[in-house]
Amino acid sequence: MSAVLPASNSRALRQRSHWTDRVAHLSLLAIVVALVVFLALPLATILAKALQDRDGAFVGLRNFASYLATPALLQSFVNSVSVALLVTAVTVPLAFGFAYALARSCIPWKGTFRTIALIPLLAPSLLSAISLIYWFGNQGIARRLVTALGFENIYGAPGIVVAECFAVFPHALMILLSALTLADARLYEAADALGTSTRRKFWTITLPGAKYGLISAALVAFTLVMTDFGIPKVIGGNFNMLATDVFKLVIGQQDFQRGAVVGLLLLVPAVLTFGIDWLVQRKQTAMLTARAVPLKPKPQRGFDALMLGFVVVVSALMLAMIGMAVFASFATYWPYNLTPSWKHYTMGFVDAEVGDAFLNSLKLAAGTAFFGTIVVFVGAYMLEKTRGADALRPLVRLLAMLPMAVPGLVLGLGYIFFFNAADNPLHGLYQTLTILIVCTIVHFYTTGHLTAVTALKQLDAEFEAVSASLKVPFFKTFWRVTLPICTPTLIDIARYFFINAMTTISAVVFLYSPETKVASIAILNLDEAGEAGAAAACAVLITAGSTVVTLLFIALGAWVERSTQAWRRTGGR
Amino acid sequence: MADYLRLEGIRKSFGSFEALKEIDLEVVKGEFVCFLGPSGCGKTTLLRIIAGLETQTAGRILQAGRDISVLPPAERDYGIVFQSYALFPNLSVADNVAYGLVNRKVAKATAAARVDELLKLVGLPGSGAKFPAQLSGGQQQRIALARALATSPGLLLLDEPLSALDALERVRLRQEIRSLQRTLGVTTIMVTHDQEEALSVADRIVVMNQGMIEQIGTPLQIYRDPATPFVADFVGKINVLSGRLRPGRDLRIGASRFDCEHDTDAERDVKIYLRPEDVLARPIAPGDANVFDGAIDKIEFLGSYCLVRVSAEAIGAQPITVYLSLNFLAEQKLEVGSRLPLKLLPERMRFF
Repeated sequence: MSAVLPASNSRALRQRSHWTDRVAHLSLLAIVVALVVFLALPLATILAKALQDRDGAFVGLRNFASYLATPALLQSFVNSVSVALLVTAVTVPLAFGFAYALARSCIPWKGTFRTIALIPLLAPSLLSAISLIYWFGNQGIARRLVTALGFENIYGAPGIVVAECFAVFPHALMILLSALTLADARLYEAADALGTSTRRKFWTITLPGAKYGLISAALVAFTLVMTDFGIPKVIGGNFNMLATDVFKLVIGQQDFQRGAVVGLLLLVPAVLTFGIDWLVQRKQTAMLTARAVPLKPKPQRGFDALMLGFVVVVSALMLAMIGMAVFASFATYWPYNLTPSWKHYTMGFVDAEVGDAFLNSLKLAAGTAFFGTIVVFVGAYMLEKTRGADALRPLVRLLAMLPMAVPGLVLGLGYIFFFNAADNPLHGLYQTLTILIVCTIVHFYTTGHLTAVTALKQLDAEFEAVSASLKVPFFKTFWRVTLPICTPTLIDIARYFFINAMTTISAVVFLYSPETKVASIAILNLDEAGEAGAAAACAVLITAGSTVVTLLFIALGAWVERSTQAWRRTGGR
Repeated sequence: MADYLRLEGIRKSFGSFEALKEIDLEVVKGEFVCFLGPSGCGKTTLLRIIAGLETQTAGRILQAGRDISVLPPAERDYGIVFQSYALFPNLSVADNVAYGLVNRKVAKATAAARVDELLKLVGLPGSGAKFPAQLSGGQQQRIALARALATSPGLLLLDEPLSALDALERVRLRQEIRSLQRTLGVTTIMVTHDQEEALSVADRIVVMNQGMIEQIGTPLQIYRDPATPFVADFVGKINVLSGRLRPGRDLRIGASRFDCEHDTDAERDVKIYLRPEDVLARPIAPGDANVFDGAIDKIEFLGSYCLVRVSAEAIGAQPITVYLSLNFLAEQKLEVGSRLPLKLLPERMRFF
C-alpha cells in the first residue's frame, strides 16, 4: 500500500482508442466543424459587422447609438414587440380552446378539424396575408367590414395581426395539443372521488398540467411573429417592423452595419425566449410516469356542443383563408371577372419565373430533406451512442440547439456577411443552390436533431456495448440495427425538412440569385410587381406541392411500417 | 500463471467521488464469481471496467496473462449479458445469436450449425426464426446468453442478468446459468444485489460496500464466517447482541454468563453476531450450558417456519430472533407471551 502513490499525484488512465472509435471521433469533429462554419461563424460575423464601420474599422457601439438616434427605426422595434404581444395574446387562448376541444371533449370529426387547423403549416406564412388582401384589401370583397370596425384599411398593423394569428395558430396548437393529451386519468379519478367541482379540477389539475405547454406556446408564437418577414412585407404597407427593416437596410440601402444591429435586436428576444423555454422544459420532468392511465373524455352534451361550435367557427375561418387564396388564384380578373381560369398559373409558367422557381423549391426541399436527414441523424447517433472525444460532445450539443434560438432572417443575414466576403474561401458557394440547402438545413437543424435524439434514447443503451464485446464495429450495428429501427423517425425528419424548405422565406431571401430563386421568394416578387393573382397562384402551388409530398411521406411511412417493421407487431410479451 | 483474471489496485473516481478504492482480485480459470453488494457499492462499475466500458482511474487488469488495462472493448475477450437483455429487436433470434459470428467471416453453414447448437444449449431449440418480442423475458435472457457465448469467449460477464425477471423465472434461470457454466467451463463473473442468488450459484462471492471489497470467500465462508459486520448484516438474517468478553472464554450478556470459543487477554465490550438458526429451541437437555429463558414477543408467519422474536431478561432484555418450525410451535403450544428455553451455539458466535 505504501508504495502506491496517492490518487491526486497520478494521472487518470486513458483507454486506447480502437480504430472504429476514431472513425466516430472524426465524424463528430466533422459535425462540429460544419456547425461552426455554417452557423457559429456567420453569427459571429453579424456581431463583428455591428461593431465596425463601412471600412471594417472597429467603432464600438457607435452603430447602436446611430440606430437609437433614428426614431423611425426605433418605432419599428416598438411595432414589432406590440404586434408580437397582441398576436400571442389572441392566438394562445384560441389554440388552447381548440386543443382542449380536441383532447378533452367528445366532439365528432376530431381528425378532420385537426387537419384543417394544421393546413397553414403546409403553406408559406404569407399566404394568409395574400388571402386577407383579397378579403379586406382595397378591392376585397368584404372591405366594408374593416371600415365598419373603425379601421381605415387592412394594410398595416390590423392585417399583420390577423394574418400572423392564422400563421402562428397551428404552431401553438401542436404544442398545446401534446400538453393536453398527456394527462393522467388517475388524477381526475382521485379528484372525482373527493367530490371536486369541474371548475376546481380545471384550475388545479388541467391548467397546472398544461402550464409548461402554455408557456412554450406563448414563447413560440411571440418569436415567430417577431421574426416573420413575409407577412409584414405583403400586407404591412407603411407599418415598419424589425424584420422588414433588416431587409430594407441590407438589400435596399446596403447598410450592413445598421442591418447587423437590427439583426442582433431580433436575435435578443429569440435567444431570451429560447432560454426561458429551456429552463421551463427542464423543470417539466417526470410529470407523466410510465404508469399513467391515459385520460378518455366522457360525453357531456352542453359542453360538447359548445366546443363543437367553437371548433367549427375556427375551422371555417381557416378554410376561408385558404379557400380565398385558391379562389383568387383562379379568378380571371379580380374583382371584375371572377370566372375560374388557369390564367395566373399559365402566365406564371409562361413567364417561366414561377415554373423555374417551383422547380428550384422542389430541388431545395429534396436536397434539404435528403442531406439534412443524413447529417442530423448521423450527428445525433455519434453524439448519443459512441464513446470518447468527451470534449467535443458538449460543443455538439450546444451547436445543435443554437439554430432554435436563431431567427431565419438573422441566419440569412449572417450568411450574406460571411459568405459574401470576397476573402472567404467559401465565397464560391454564395447564391448557389448548395448554400440555400445548407442554410435551410442549419435553420431547421434543432427540431430534427431533437427528434433523432429522442428516438435514439429509446433504444437500449447497451447495443453498442454488446456489439463491441462481439467485436462488431459500431457502424455495422448502426446499419443493421439502429437505422432499420429508426426508419420511421428518419421519414418524419425528412418530411419536416421538406415542408419547411418548401415554405421558408426568411433565411433564403438574402441568398438567392436569379437562377436559384425559389417559389416562396417568387411570391414576394410577384406581389411587389402587382401580380397579385400570380402571387396567389404561386402560394397555392407551394401549398399543394407540400400537401402532395406530405401525403407521399405518409404513404412511404405506411409502406416502411408494413415491410420493415414486422418485428414491432409481433407484440405480446 | 494460475489466475485467469487478475485485478491490481483498481481505482475509479468520478470527480471527487471515489466509486472504487484499491480493488485487488484474482479469478481462477473456470470459476464462477459473484460481485455482491447494495446498489451504489461499485460492483457494476467494476464489471464495466473489466469489460472496458469504463476506464479505471488507476490499476492494472490482466486476463490470461495479457495486460488489458487500457484496451478498448473490441480488443478484449469476453461475452456480456445485461439486465435489459439488449437483444436487437429487428433481428430474428438466429440473427441475434449469429451477430458476432457473421463478423468473423465464419462460413454460413458453420454459423447456422453453431446457432442451432447454442439454442439447444439454452433450451430454446427451433426458436431461431422468431423475433425477440415474441419471447418471454426469461427466454429473451437465454437468447442474450446464447449470443454472448456464440463466439466462445474466455470470460462471461453477467450484469444483474436476472433482475428484470419474475421470482420463479429468476430461480429457474439462475440454476440453468450455473449448470451451463459448469458444462462449458467458462470463467464467469456475475453482478447481483440478491444475496440468495449469489449464495446459490457462486464458487466465490466478492462482497462489496462503498467501493471496497469487504470479503472474498465461498458462499459458506461468507455466510458462516463473515469478515465484517457489514457482511454479516448484508448476507442473511442475523442477531446483534451487546455483551462483554472476559479472559477465559467467558462471555457476559446481560446478567448471564455464556461459554464461547473466543479467548481474550483483556476484558472488553463486544457485539455478538449470531444467526437465527444458531439459536436453538431444541434439543436442550437439563444442565446444558448457554441456555436461558425468554418470552415470545412476536411471531411472523413465513410458511413452514416462523420468525419468532423472543426477549429475555437473562440477556438484558435484548430481543433475539429464532427460526421455529410451525410444527414445533403447535407441539409446544407456543404463542405470543409463552416462555421457552433457548440455547446459543458457542461455535457459531462472531465477535466484532
